[in-house]
Amino acid sequence: MPDLLLELFCEEIPARMQQQASDDLKKLVTGALVERGLVYEGTAAFATPRRLALHIAGLPARQPDTREEKKGPRVGAPEAAVAGFLKSAGLASLDQAKVEKDPKGKGEFYVAVIEKAGRTTAEVLAEIIPHMIRTFPWPKSMRWGAASTRSDSLRWVRPLHSILCTFGIEGEEPEIVRFYVDGIASGNMTRGHRFMSPGEIRVRRFDDYVPALEKARVVLDPARRRDIILHDARDLAMAYGLELVEDDALLAEVAGLVEWPVVLMGDFDEAFLAIPAEVIRATIRANQKCFVLCRPASFETPAAQAPQDEGRGSPHAEEARSAVSKHEGSLSNKFLLVSNIEASDGGKAIVAGNQRVIRARLSDALYFWKTDQADLPDFASAGKPLEQRMAKLRALNIVFHEKLGTQGERVERIKALAKEIAPLVGANVEHAVRAAELCKADLMTEVVGEFPEVQGLMGRRYVELQGEHADVCAAIEEHYKPQGPGDRIPTNPVSIAVALADKLDTLVGFWAIDEKPTGSKDPYALRRAALGVIRLVLENGLRLRIIYQLRHEISLAVMRVHSIESGFGDKFFKLRQAINIDKYETEEWLRIYRNELGSDSRKSEAEVPARIVALRSDLLSFFHDRLKVYLRDQGARHDLIDAVLSMGAENTLPLVGRVDAEGGGVGVEKSSMTGATPTPGLSPHGGGERTNDDLLMIVARVNALGKFLETEDGKSLLVGYKRAANIVRAEEKKEKDASAFSGAYEADASAPDAEKALAAAVSSASQEAAAAVSAENYESAMQSLSKLRAPVDKFFEDVTVNDADPQKRLNRLRLLNGLRNAVHNVADFSKISG
Amino acid sequence: MQSEEKVNLAFIARARYPTRHPVLPTGNSMTQTSRPPSLDPSRSFQGLIMTLQQFWAQQGCVILQPYDMEVGAGTFHPATTLRALGPKPWKAAYVQPSRRPKDGRYGENPNRLQHYYQYQVILKPSPPDLQDLYLKSLAAIGVDMALHDIRFVEDDWESPTLGAWGLGWECWCDGMEVSQFTYFQQVAGIECAPVAGELTYGLERLAMYVQGVENVYDLNFNGLDGDERITYGDVFKQAEQEYSRHNFEHADTTLLFQQFKDAEQECQALLAKGDKGERHEMVLPAYDQCIKASHRFNLLDARGVISVTERQSYILRVRELSKACGEAWLKTDAGGAA
Repeated sequence: MPDLLLELFCEEIPARMQQQASDDLKKLVTGALVERGLVYEGTAAFATPRRLALHIAGLPARQPDTREEKKGPRVGAPEAAVAGFLKSAGLASLDQAKVEKDPKGKGEFYVAVIEKAGRTTAEVLAEIIPHMIRTFPWPKSMRWGAASTRSDSLRWVRPLHSILCTFGIEGEEPEIVRFYVDGIASGNMTRGHRFMSPGEIRVRRFDDYVPALEKARVVLDPARRRDIILHDARDLAMAYGLELVEDDALLAEVAGLVEWPVVLMGDFDEAFLAIPAEVIRATIRANQKCFVLCRPASFETPAAQAPQDEGRGSPHAEEARSAVSKHEGSLSNKFLLVSNIEASDGGKAIVAGNQRVIRARLSDALYFWKTDQADLPDFASAGKPLEQRMAKLRALNIVFHEKLGTQGERVERIKALAKEIAPLVGANVEHAVRAAELCKADLMTEVVGEFPEVQGLMGRRYVELQGEHADVCAAIEEHYKPQGPGDRIPTNPVSIAVALADKLDTLVGFWAIDEKPTGSKDPYALRRAALGVIRLVLENGLRLRIIYQLRHEISLAVMRVHSIESGFGDKFFKLRQAINIDKYETEEWLRIYRNELGSDSRKSEAEVPARIVALRSDLLSFFHDRLKVYLRDQGARHDLIDAVLSMGAENTLPLVGRVDAEGGGVGVEKSSMTGATPTPGLSPHGGGERTNDDLLMIVARVNALGKFLETEDGKSLLVGYKRAANIVRAEEKKEKDASAFSGAYEADASAPDAEKALAAAVSSASQEAAAAVSAENYESAMQSLSKLRAPVDKFFEDVTVNDADPQKRLNRLRLLNGLRNAVHNVADFSKISG
Repeated sequence: MQSEEKVNLAFIARARYPTRHPVLPTGNSMTQTSRPPSLDPSRSFQGLIMTLQQFWAQQGCVILQPYDMEVGAGTFHPATTLRALGPKPWKAAYVQPSRRPKDGRYGENPNRLQHYYQYQVILKPSPPDLQDLYLKSLAAIGVDMALHDIRFVEDDWESPTLGAWGLGWECWCDGMEVSQFTYFQQVAGIECAPVAGELTYGLERLAMYVQGVENVYDLNFNGLDGDERITYGDVFKQAEQEYSRHNFEHADTTLLFQQFKDAEQECQALLAKGDKGERHEMVLPAYDQCIKASHRFNLLDARGVISVTERQSYILRVRELSKACGEAWLKTDAGGAA
């Protein structure tokens, strides 16, 4: 069977686009072929900086013929209907149509048989490929040359120069699939390496294309170029007793910059090793696309850090410095570059040129690194170097987000939140506040200005130099973590407090201005932030009621946005800064808000609380969604998560009213349930909003439920529950009253034993389960439920629910409803499948 | 959130040719023999310029002289900005002294200057062999392609003040960016039809490379030796020191703010007065005022008196001027008006 070879030869394609482009090429051409009835045996697509290539093996020489029957009107139908049929089926007269009997025996119908002979595959290709080229989904494309005066001129990633397209059977001379795209005629010629073999090459098929390119110094397959670079780089490093610092993203990029990779080694002055290793690496990687190398011995010990348990007091600056230099010691002063040519001098000039550039870059980096440790002319009075940077950040009013204020304001919010969270996660409050104060200061450093990817890390290096506490230093780096699903989770309590505060502040802020993620759009990485919170909480085993902890932040964020929208600017925000927020609950803030902003804000009396409620529940359900995704990835059953999440009753949080702050997070719900004095109309749930914001407990319940449902008792109880729930629901429907059976079961001496037994079991299981749940002992709650199994089974065996006596029927339905409620103490079993 | 975390204080008109980390030479490999040192591109700065002038003259370019106003890059020259618009073919090459007040370093940084030279080539429509022409021009100044690693690395260009963007590359020689290569897609907010190809060579950087010099001030300007040798430092060091003082410390900001406003108003006034419906009669003088406003803004920026939020609005004001000039240009002969 014939093969297709297609090559699109153009000026240098950006490295970052090559992979997607070759995938798209494959998908678009094969998709169009299959759509036209042409299936193939195998396919592969490739990209180099100058070409996209596609090989499709085992295509038939022509399309299959097709036969389609089209049903027409009844024999004897009006003329207009017949004419319409002939026209739509492309027939000249009724003689060309068949007559068929209606299978239902209602007379006869005309049927047109439309037969289409399959076209040759080459013909089909000549139609598909130009269209594919014209509509190719480049992320960014351009026009060029004289043709670009026309509005319909071809767009390509960079100017397209030639198209090679052949189709034919092995052993035979393949034909050129002939077509034109914007003046370019398809052919069978390509070119080799731009510098080492620029001449034209005549190609027949894929089998000779690859070796011909190889001979002309082009490695077609990007995976092979990566392999070559990786192996040569490792070998070259090893020859010098060094290890390659592997970097997949850089490897892929470099492989996309060359057609003929040649790995060469260069070095730089050892004095530059005084610069933190990460900055050297960032400099060499980002600007020069070169790999750095490590000395193997110290490479084994990951980033030497001062042990966290010792030296609680401020480490001496000298110690911090030595920790830094120990860390840097692992980096070698050699680097690897990947050239695109085999130079006539063996690469000496290329290495020399690259070394000079790297030297200049490192001189700059060294200068930045030193400048950042020195006083800032206008802020020298603000304290230590990083304190000066923070002062500058505030003074310049650098905007974090147009609607969320400046970075300085944001830092204040993070500080307040970190202060609140710190005691709940076992962190020293003073350290958490200090870390929060300095966590964004490195944004004003020269190094971070140059290399944003080392933010956080540089902050850490600089605070180490100015002698901050080890936990503060760690937190400044780690508060950005985790950056993604694979990133490490900080375990240092101070880091946890600041990391949570940073992410939660971001989430509340963007929720308040209604910039939530939608579909694939999540420009502020809010999903990542929520996942970060979830992982920080779960992987550290933290008891934390997220929405509860955010009650101030949410209220304040809503009021702030509202005050700006209402034309009061940030007057309210300024006011808030002047008050110690720990002392106020939402209701008091609302009062202050109304007082401060006067009668004009009357509207807010209804609007603001409603928005606060909406934001809380909206943010909570976002967390629930992200938690579901997270747990599903961990293999948890989706239905079990739903079953647990639909039952949030034991955690209630008043919208307004004072909450005894002493409890902080956990346990506070009890006082809030009783102590709340809700303002009428403010809460949709009559004083308490259902929340389910203790992530660790949700997971504990999902796990306990999962285990229970694996036992015989669990499975059988689920069956009994469903039967009971179905009966109750069906009867509720008949009564057209969802609370028809919510009344209490009345003890009935005349009832059958099975009914009495179940009533007793429901009553005790209900109490036990509720007690176990409020003691957070979910295993024991399941145990209590398991006692229901036998009585439920027996009840359904012996007792008819719909008794002729309406009183008995009502009572039994109430009993089943009681059973349902008892189970719901633990989870909503109706959500469980099976 | 990454992008939000960045505090971007970068200079607004992105370098056509970043002066930030330039330069660095090899020296040895690229000596040309046939020419006297004063005209040899690998021996003298002026030789490099003259070689490029000759090369592009042979490609049919009009060899223009620098525009007689302060600009941040060769792109601002009306021979590029305005001539890139409209249907008429255009080929030009010229040296353009470029001023980046913020990049001044009092003559103390070996790689950074507040005044430097760009070599600018504009070809409209972009010829099919533009990459080859560019490589030939490198060969003409002595870069041996068998010895050096030349690369085209993605670099999309955008000028917020000119309302312009294009796709292309930074051209690397042994890891050093020596040129920028752009296919203009839009200028002054107007689609380019046809598209022009623009090449911008960083002359000091290239010269340091071919001369094998580490410090820009050590460049041999005239190619001579001994007492007759004139270096780049002899010509420009004092200027760098004086202008750095001016740009960072002494430029009168009240005056500059006023001049910005004046230039803006004058640009708008000239555009209004020259507008005769179908035709426009005073685009070039109006565009001069746009250039002037842009440079005043750069000076104010160097003086650090424009806040982050104000900066955006200044950029937009300059862009409005350049857009209006671009639209007016299309109503002139050279802009292709009927």
